[in-house]
Amino acid sequence: MITVIDYGAGNLRSVCLALESIDIPWKISSEPDEILSADRVIFPGVGAAASAVKVLKEKGLEQSIKQFIDSGKPFLGICLGTQIIFDYSEEDQGTECLGLIPGKVIHFEFPEDEKKSVPHMGWNQVNFTKKHPIFEDIEDAANFYFVHSYYPCPDDESMEMATTNYGSIDFTCAITKDNLVATQFHPEKSGRHGLQLLENFSTWDGTYNA
Amino acid sequence: MLNKRLIVCLDVRNKKVTKGIKFKGNVDIGDPVDMACQYVNDGVDELVFYDITASAEKRPIDLDMVRDVAKNVFIPFSVGGGIRNVEDMRDVLLAGAEKVSVNSLAVRDPQIINQGAVLFGKQCIVLGMDAQKVEKSDAFPSGYQVVIHGGRTETEKDALAWAQEAEQRGAGEICLNSIDADGMKSGYDLELTQLISSGVQIPVIASGGAGESSHLVDVLSQTHAEAALVASMVHYGTHTCSSIKEDLNKAEIPVRMDW
Repeated sequence: MITVIDYGAGNLRSVCLALESIDIPWKISSEPDEILSADRVIFPGVGAAASAVKVLKEKGLEQSIKQFIDSGKPFLGICLGTQIIFDYSEEDQGTECLGLIPGKVIHFEFPEDEKKSVPHMGWNQVNFTKKHPIFEDIEDAANFYFVHSYYPCPDDESMEMATTNYGSIDFTCAITKDNLVATQFHPEKSGRHGLQLLENFSTWDGTYNA
Repeated sequence: MLNKRLIVCLDVRNKKVTKGIKFKGNVDIGDPVDMACQYVNDGVDELVFYDITASAEKRPIDLDMVRDVAKNVFIPFSVGGGIRNVEDMRDVLLAGAEKVSVNSLAVRDPQIINQGAVLFGKQCIVLGMDAQKVEKSDAFPSGYQVVIHGGRTETEKDALAWAQEAEQRGAGEICLNSIDADGMKSGYDLELTQLISSGVQIPVIASGGAGESSHLVDVLSQTHAEAALVASMVHYGTHTCSSIKEDLNKAEIPVRMDW
């Protein structure tokens, strides 16, 4: 059973439907106790950082997410869910986030002569820098779907497990730390590769030896 | 490298996909969910559903259809037509759509873009824009005029100025349709597409006029459009998504080939 955290930030349904299509049981919860006792957790999200962090704090979810991660059980962050576990995001004139991963989330800035759209929207290659159980049966440089204007920069490079190139910027698109994995791309919207990743997550025991 | 996107548009009326020429003379061609799944399996990168009669019939978008699509399609899709307010936007997004598209409503009430962007994030808000060529003038310095209600109503808005205003207000993407080219199968309006796609920082989807793979090659190589939208080309079976993508790939346009 995967527990999907509901904090009012968008695409919960997409994540749950993707799990359902590959016969993985799920439930949605916004109750701190339920989240703490879950087997494994997905922390999804689309939207803006400031309002998401505000809701998490109001609902008392900040602590339960932190304690869940400390418990050693598998945790998957997706997109905004990935960004707000960092220390800080530049979004919304600067937002203090949950501080579970050292580092910050910054806005795409390109030189004037480089015409690149922001948001970074569409299918892009995910280049594995680590072999991790959640990438099993997915080929290196497989395309996943992205939609975001800010990207994560972990302080500790050893947490990086995949990168993506957008114009003159190479950014970390997936991180791991012990039982935590987090992606900037959307597995639930990335066709068969994304479903494979979710399936891999559903059987991962939460351990990882680099 | 970010791939260029192939997007298939499904105009839906009474739970059937329909296709018209210049927004007139529509014929039903299939079930939206069946057709969506078929296109996904054939490599389409994204889907757009327009509930083409919701607005005229003053009823909300068919949310059952959106839910049905979301249950079966695991790539991004957007929904438009008949959005009246932020509550409608919320319903569509909660039903499983990735993005919501506003067109006539945004012209009437531009604040809807700001409100949607603040509530749901910019990336969820697509500005649908229909434009037609007009004589350049003080009123229309870009030489393109925004039209609404599927091309039936002219507005006082200049296309480029409106695109830039929508970007400022928080639109995350623009789906740009040429009224002159739509349904003609003689290629996208390259001039219009380049005008808009080079005038904003957000992604632009080129729409209207695709009849051959070479039309997609042209618009994706000669303008800053990040995506090309097709409808009749694939609905009538003269082309497939996979054959179009192979043609794009051969022309060295970066596209996703590992679906």
